Amino acid sequence: MLVLGAMCIALVPLTGATFYIQLVSKIMILAIFAMSLDLLVGCVGLVSLGHAAFFGVAGYLIAFLSPKYQAASFWLTLPAVLMISAALACLIGLLVLRTSGIYFIMVTLAFGQMLYYLFHDTKLGGGSDGIYLYVKPELSIAGSKVVDLEKPLQFFYFVFAIMLGVYFLLRRILVSPFGHALAGLRVNEQRMRSLGFPPFPYKLGAFVLAGVLAGLAGYLSACQFGFVNPEILSWHYSATVLMMLILGGAGRLYGAILGAFAYVLLQELLASQALLGSLAKHWQLGMGVSVVLIVLLLPSGLASLFDHFGRPRLAQSGG
Amino acid sequence: MEFFIQLLNGIQYGLLLFLLASGLTLIFGIMGVLNLAHGSFYMVGAYLAYWLARQTGNMWLAIPLELAIVFIIGLILESTLYARLYHRDHLHQVLLSFGLILIFEELRSIFFGDDVHGVPVPESLKHSIPLTSTLSYPVYRLFISATCLAVAGAMYLVIQKTKIGMTIRAGSTNREMVQSLGINIKLVYRWVFAFGVTLAAFAGMIAAPVSSVYPGMGSQILIICFVVVVIGGIGSIKGAMVAALMIGIVDTLGQVLLPEFSGVAVYLLMAAVLLWRPQGLFKVA
Amino acid sequence: MTVRGLSARGLTKVFGGLTAVNNVSLDLSSGTVHAVIGPNGAGKTTLINMLSGDLAPTAGSIQFDGRDIVGYSSDQRSRMGLGRTYQKTNIFGSFTALENCRLAAQSREAHALSIWRSTRAYPSLEREAERALAAVGLEQRAKAIAGTLSHGEQRQLDIAMSLATRPQVLLLDEPLSGMGADESASMVGLLRGLAKDHAVLLVEHDMDAVFALAEVLTVMVNGCVLASGTRDQIRASDEVQRAYLGSAEARGG
Repeated sequence: MLVLGAMCIALVPLTGATFYIQLVSKIMILAIFAMSLDLLVGCVGLVSLGHAAFFGVAGYLIAFLSPKYQAASFWLTLPAVLMISAALACLIGLLVLRTSGIYFIMVTLAFGQMLYYLFHDTKLGGGSDGIYLYVKPELSIAGSKVVDLEKPLQFFYFVFAIMLGVYFLLRRILVSPFGHALAGLRVNEQRMRSLGFPPFPYKLGAFVLAGVLAGLAGYLSACQFGFVNPEILSWHYSATVLMMLILGGAGRLYGAILGAFAYVLLQELLASQALLGSLAKHWQLGMGVSVVLIVLLLPSGLASLFDHFGRPRLAQSGG
Repeated sequence: MEFFIQLLNGIQYGLLLFLLASGLTLIFGIMGVLNLAHGSFYMVGAYLAYWLARQTGNMWLAIPLELAIVFIIGLILESTLYARLYHRDHLHQVLLSFGLILIFEELRSIFFGDDVHGVPVPESLKHSIPLTSTLSYPVYRLFISATCLAVAGAMYLVIQKTKIGMTIRAGSTNREMVQSLGINIKLVYRWVFAFGVTLAAFAGMIAAPVSSVYPGMGSQILIICFVVVVIGGIGSIKGAMVAALMIGIVDTLGQVLLPEFSGVAVYLLMAAVLLWRPQGLFKVA
Repeated sequence: MTVRGLSARGLTKVFGGLTAVNNVSLDLSSGTVHAVIGPNGAGKTTLINMLSGDLAPTAGSIQFDGRDIVGYSSDQRSRMGLGRTYQKTNIFGSFTALENCRLAAQSREAHALSIWRSTRAYPSLEREAERALAAVGLEQRAKAIAGTLSHGEQRQLDIAMSLATRPQVLLLDEPLSGMGADESASMVGLLRGLAKDHAVLLVEHDMDAVFALAEVLTVMVNGCVLASGTRDQIRASDEVQRAYLGSAEARGG
């Protein structure tokens, strides 16, 4: 299934249409973002409504770090952005992880909005207009350009490789001792404590990792569009990614990828003038109705339709 | 004197936040549901005030009409949507109510467009009280504060002194027990939900002449409400009152003193409270 | 292995206006089973929750290994050597039996925060998990998904998970609840074996099992200790007979 899906994506450029290459690149970046959130929501059971903050801040960072009319070095900027994302996630995590359940949702949302207003109301990043990243970072080894991020096709395969990398990294982590402990904490925190697991360091570890991967997605997204504005930090964006998760199916990783595709394609469909005429302007109405219906009718997401192909999910329910 | 006026504005804003936050915290405290669409009801209230005031030309007639409409919307949404999610993850509740936000926003855009509209202050409350030779304070803002205080007082009496209030308090701590007493908890939930969102709409309605009506007004105030509830302690009406006044004053004074960072100030206050008391100022056991 | 004792003095827990546990003292020592019995609502589970750290006592002290542990969280107490099970089975239903025990054993290992290698790559965890499963007689079911085990096996697995953390004290909350006669008999055998090198606190309603296992008993009624003593003292006590045992036996307990 997964190999088939990966092959389908890899073959998209054969259509030759730059529009589709760029659309799918965008979706794959969102898929990385959604997978990072799935680590929190699906694996640890921490529903964060402030995850876009890490995505957005990373986007701003690459814009800040790049010289105005020159390419920044990919090898310098990416680690810097990821490290700052990790530090930020650690700082926010130390605060928000003192809470749990519904408190956690509200507090993550509030911290996300704090960063949103920081960029929106101050001159820091061009205020509500945002700032441009005129030249994309340069990825070169020993002085020669390996991948040219300015070229849509090369960018596409670059993002594709990173998406697969993130997927396998997370898969690996989920079967590690750390991943098993996270799964245990999600199902039954009390039991995990009585077995001697202190929840906080595990949750903080997951929160930081998720923040770093969201930062990676934000970096790539800023590279693709060459532009960042405060909207990519807003809680609506966090909620949109949560929607992708539930659409695809939380806790499965590939559900996050599936959800990113399903969401963007649904959005394209609902906003398509050709299909819906003047109604297309109000695509959010259709999106809202779809979300309500999916929550009510398909709460385990599209991935649950494929569940019988694979092994049952780890720790879906307690005994 | 300038400071005094800003303080009055801060208190008025805080009391308004209290109306919203108390509805949110009631719905959460009693039903365990996080309703992101709470801010949308604020918006619905404000736009209904705008529309009904133009239709009827009379705010005093518009108020009861509108409260009835929102209450019925609340009953319908609870029974058709929210009631199905009580036993589900918070994730599902969050997303369902986010879906509703999108729907409400888009309906607003379809019916009222995306422009900012002013709502006239009722004729009888239009004048101002002179404070000094140059400064005066509008009566309508005092009216907002007084109304909010009256609602808060009424809520306190109902929750502390009446049988319904007792049921509500018992229901928030022990659902099974209430059920075993022969009280229909489903009905209690339905009415509490409808009442909570009506409070939000009421807040939107009386705020409309001061704030105007504009797209996204619901989301903006929702986040501030979350901050209020987090600081006050989830489920605590008393906490909502204290925190709402704190936030109202900090935000209003912040806009005057440090306009660039006023958006951030309330969140810093929240962070400080979280460090000190992760469960909020007034934790409900 | 030397086994250390746990002793509680004057434990009290007040919920709102209700005193759930009132001034309870008890001592657990290695090699003995100390049973706490009493009717429903007597405060037995609240007592265990205070000992394990799930609940903070309103008053009283708990000593373990010569230290006052009242301020310690439940995970700290677990790492000091306090193991517990809950009234409700608390296993991870979609893990296999072995994975459940491996997870438990992991909390004792330095590489518990390791994120890169699979859990299977740690032979010490594997050994510890297998040892715990063998201790409860579930080694044949190691590969079974925990949720598919029978009720009795799930209770055994629950205990095995605690054993995988190598506790010195075991706090067991109704390990026999919901079991049939055969399952009960094998669980009693298992507990008797565990009592040899653990200090066991047993809360249980099955009086046959209690009197078969426990040397020391504490009888609780309405949060207070009604009587405390050896098995024979409790059996002979008129007060206990009147207040609890008589009626329990009349109910067929």
